[in-house]
Amino acid sequence: MKYARLVWVNLMRNKRRTILTTISVAAALFLFVALRSVNTTLDEARDVGSESRMVVRNAISVVFSLPEAYYNWLTTVPGVSRVTWGNWFHGIYQDPRDFFPSFGVDVDGYFDIYFEMVVPEDQKQAFLRERTAAMVGTGLMERFGWRLGQTINLTSMIYSPDQSWPFTIRAVYTPIPGWTDEAFYFHYDYLYEMSEWTQPGWYVLELEDPSLAATVATTIDEHYENSRFATRTETERAFQSGMVSMYGNVGLLMNAVGIAVFFAILLVAANAMMMSGRERTSEVAVLKTLGYSDRLLFGLVVIEAAIITVVGGALGVFGAKVLFEGTGFQGMGFLPGFEVKLSTAAVGMAIAILLGLISGLVPAWQAARLPVAHTLRRVA
Amino acid sequence: MKIPLIYNIRSVRQRPVSTLFTALGMALVVLVFIAMMALSRGFRAAIVETGSRENVLVVRSGSDNELTSGLGRATAQTIAGMPFVAEGSTGRPLISPEVYVLVSLDRLDGGDALVVARGVSPQAFEVRKNVEIIAGRMINSGAPEILIGKSIVGRFAGTEIGETIRFASRDWEVVGHFAAGGSAFESEIWGENEQFMPAFRGEVFQSVTFRMSDPSAFEAVKLALEEDPRLPVGAHREYDFYASQSELLTRVISIAAVFIAGIMAIGAVFGAVNTMYAAVSARAPEIAVLLTLGFRPLSVLSSFLFEALVIALIGGVLGCLFSLPLNGLMTSTTNWSSMSEVAFAFSVTPDLLLRGMIFAAVMGLIGGFFPARRAARQPVVKAARQA
Repeated sequence: MKYARLVWVNLMRNKRRTILTTISVAAALFLFVALRSVNTTLDEARDVGSESRMVVRNAISVVFSLPEAYYNWLTTVPGVSRVTWGNWFHGIYQDPRDFFPSFGVDVDGYFDIYFEMVVPEDQKQAFLRERTAAMVGTGLMERFGWRLGQTINLTSMIYSPDQSWPFTIRAVYTPIPGWTDEAFYFHYDYLYEMSEWTQPGWYVLELEDPSLAATVATTIDEHYENSRFATRTETERAFQSGMVSMYGNVGLLMNAVGIAVFFAILLVAANAMMMSGRERTSEVAVLKTLGYSDRLLFGLVVIEAAIITVVGGALGVFGAKVLFEGTGFQGMGFLPGFEVKLSTAAVGMAIAILLGLISGLVPAWQAARLPVAHTLRRVA
Repeated sequence: MKIPLIYNIRSVRQRPVSTLFTALGMALVVLVFIAMMALSRGFRAAIVETGSRENVLVVRSGSDNELTSGLGRATAQTIAGMPFVAEGSTGRPLISPEVYVLVSLDRLDGGDALVVARGVSPQAFEVRKNVEIIAGRMINSGAPEILIGKSIVGRFAGTEIGETIRFASRDWEVVGHFAAGGSAFESEIWGENEQFMPAFRGEVFQSVTFRMSDPSAFEAVKLALEEDPRLPVGAHREYDFYASQSELLTRVISIAAVFIAGIMAIGAVFGAVNTMYAAVSARAPEIAVLLTLGFRPLSVLSSFLFEALVIALIGGVLGCLFSLPLNGLMTSTTNWSSMSEVAFAFSVTPDLLLRGMIFAAVMGLIGGFFPARRAARQPVVKAARQA
């Protein structure tokens, strides 16, 4: 530690350069963390589905529905303990671009299967009692500034768009981690009544045992194979994963940009270190004359570089965490549950250290290899 | 009096490593900017090119996409008989009532995706001028035959000519491949509407597209259709209809491009600031000489700004060069308006390259300004003493 002061003085020798380089690294790491968080959020969305629940949908596509009559048969399939259903409503509140997921669900069966939503018992009862009641996630309540008991009007992108659908918010749910807090649930019966004709968009099955998934899927899909409404049954996780894949190869794009960010900032940091190395050539020669070893000088330069990148990295990484969490950023609705994970922060800091080591390498090597006599002669 | 530009160019060459590092940093920023904008442009082009300005697309009143629309046979026939529908070479109206559904196809690289299956009328190939068969033959009326758009050939199972694809409980034989000028049609499967209709949703079409006999009369056509009490429809210029579908994603990618490139630019600009300050302080004696010789501080300022600009433009050119191989690279995403997969190519256009260069120049000027100002304000005596 006795060299701490020397490193500090060297850092402060050109304050402006040190500060600018630190901010550059901070900006780069901020970006890196943001990009990586997009990927982790999408990966997490793939895994959010349960392995012990299965989704039965129309084999052609999830946009087609299934007959209500399927319910009774599905409850008799061996291995299936419970069945419920839902339908995609695609509700819109004022601005179509302000997207949020909305579902008409079989409210009686839904709570038995979905434990992910925590609702106060009195609110739950109020929601169940009233046909026009809605249950809304905490995040969505906040986004639109809704209050419990408020009546709001939605329109649907799917059902007659001129029709206005009044709902009364009777329950607010808090999700367990990883589950969206921006969903909107209401009674399937209300959907049926208002639209005059609808069918379940999909059925959700709860399995007695996750290992039965393959058998149950085959049983159901074979049973309905030649029906007008053929089915496709898969675990909820596989279903979710399929939905996430629809974004296209976002992961590759984010990684490619992340690599570009890394090299861009490496160039900036390495350049700064090389410039400061060049300016200090004569000092290094003096230190060597005083008996500093090559190895020590090499280490001091690398540490100096690492301090800049680690401080910059910490600013960027924690800046990202604070900023994204403070603003509740959700990627305009495309990235529900967006967060900077601790593992992402750790990777960010590891990258910052790596940046410091690499950017300090060339000037450190030059300092260590500096021919003393030659340099001092030039100075004199 | 101006300082000769060659002075700066030689100075830049004096410090090749520093210059190169700074320029490369900017090149990467420009590359990322161009790449993301090329992605957004490519997607937009694929969707927008789908529609023609001469065609009208009719959907159910209030629908903004084909998926949730539904029009009865009577509606299609009424529209076909209207006077503003152009006539084809055979004297039949150029109109295509279409069945639009999504089918799930297996990707060759694993997983599946939703693809649009469009049932069209025999006139569709005359209504859509950009569609042409590039391999195989046209479908025969009455047969369970399909054509495959060229962007999905080779990406999904069963898309080669002679193979069959099973959907809607029937086997469909692939008899040809078609191109459609790079548009989203190339990500679709086309068959005959009368064959698709009973296999999917019963007696409804999702949309009706026709050629106008007078494309400039769109407003009148729209009014005539929407005001007709027999027709529960909304009429859109086909081009605008598809263009609006690309808006959301294009906007998201553009915002992401500006956000990412903007933050990267902070790093690159500061890198340039460092480099230019180092250049200014290393050349303090030279600057003193210039000022002593009678060059105005403003000349010194613009001279150093020019130097920063040279570095930035080297970066800009490198960034543009790096981005060129991306042009034409195919990728795919989901068109959220239709919930179907659409393939498209990165589109690196000359105007994007120009924007990249402007971006680099702005970075250079911002990065060079403060160091250049310091050079210009340098007290001559102090600087000269250093020499």
